[in-house]
Amino acid sequence: MPQISVAPGPSRNARHTATVGEPASTASRPSRFARALRAAARQAERVLPRADLDARDPDFIRDRLPSLWLLASLWFRGEVRGLGNIPDAGPILLVGNHSGGNMTPDTIVFTLAFSTYFGVERPFYQLAHNLGVSMPALAQLRRFGTVAATPANARDALDRGAALLVYPGDDHERHRPTSQRNRVDLGQSKGFIRLALDHDVPLVPVVSIGGHETALFLTRGERLARWLALDRLFGLNALPISVALPWGVNVGDLLGHIPLPAKITIEALPPIDLRADFGPDPDPDYVYDHVVRLMQATLDALAGERRLPLIG
Amino acid sequence: MRVSANIHIAAPREAVWANISDPGRVLSFMSGVTRWEIADERRTGLGARYRTVLRIGAAEVGGLIEVVEWVAPAELAWTSVTGLDQRGRWRLREAPGERTQVELRLAYGVAGSGLSGWLAERIAAPSVAGHLRRSLEQLRRMSEHAQLRERAAERRPGR
Repeated sequence: MPQISVAPGPSRNARHTATVGEPASTASRPSRFARALRAAARQAERVLPRADLDARDPDFIRDRLPSLWLLASLWFRGEVRGLGNIPDAGPILLVGNHSGGNMTPDTIVFTLAFSTYFGVERPFYQLAHNLGVSMPALAQLRRFGTVAATPANARDALDRGAALLVYPGDDHERHRPTSQRNRVDLGQSKGFIRLALDHDVPLVPVVSIGGHETALFLTRGERLARWLALDRLFGLNALPISVALPWGVNVGDLLGHIPLPAKITIEALPPIDLRADFGPDPDPDYVYDHVVRLMQATLDALAGERRLPLIG
Repeated sequence: MRVSANIHIAAPREAVWANISDPGRVLSFMSGVTRWEIADERRTGLGARYRTVLRIGAAEVGGLIEVVEWVAPAELAWTSVTGLDQRGRWRLREAPGERTQVELRLAYGVAGSGLSGWLAERIAAPSVAGHLRRSLEQLRRMSEHAQLRERAAERRPGR
């Protein structure tokens, strides 16, 4: 299930977008070509179907569980721990670290695990980049409960009492170099903390390992993305370069790739009640540091269990 | 897909029934089951509901099940209400020499999932059958040890 995920609320994308609207000097004014591209992108956004919470289809998910189970069990040898930590009912915010480029094998394994453990009847949504959920070829994602990463969708999902999975690290983390595979990097995106506070929902960190061994990730290509204005046009902060099947050198990963059969291990940590743990008005910076520290410690422990890359 | 396993246990049928019908003891002998919680006011009997989870491959497959047949001490059957489609049955029959023949059946599947469902059911079958065999072995040990303890207690004088 290829997926492009971004964090809810103010994100790097939002920052970049904000700078576009600011008064600019003549020297830094966008060229006619860039303005035309941006207008085309806006037009495309209007034409493309936007993800809708109602598009989630439990029967469809149930029908696809065997395929996901085959993929997760035989290819990724998935192992998901700590599902018992997740509250049985009510809205929750699941916060994960993200790996594996656009193929996001950790999301595949976790979606299967969540859906089989709690049943497809429990509403479960995942925030993803609107570009990803709008692609006709990826229309099935919407039926899995993948919705565009907008603050409105995040709010609606929690208001409906759903479990919501977010990846604050977005493409910045998903496309990090392989040398940083065992590092949690949420890119200072703190929108998820405000979201949890606004809705007074528990926050459950979900830590995964193995996804970043499914290809050799060389660089995020952030400068390249900026140079090509992909951040302003499509909200893409990275144009990653990797070595992956079947392409060899893979620039952008827009067509995805065949992930290597690395063992994926995921652990859901005990829920964090932000107001109970950090007081009535928690400092987002402090909470962010705490969550990242917690996730990094878990990732270090999971990494310590692995004997060999891919094999696990 | 349907899998089953059989075993003979050197204990009376009532003693085995006491183990399989008590939701508090299920986790002690059911292999692969990571959760078996009472989900309703009714603890046992017809209509009792439990929230269960069984580990199969990469997934812990769970759901709400309901007891649909309860004939003590012979038959206990359940069916899924939510989650993976499943039907299960305990069959207890008296065997010669104060023994009990125990059969555990489990039928499972995902209706409408096509070829992948057919394939997944078959690939999962050895793992599920292994869980059933180990469950019966553990049930046998549990029931027979309880019998041994009872007999030992009877032999002790003045108690």
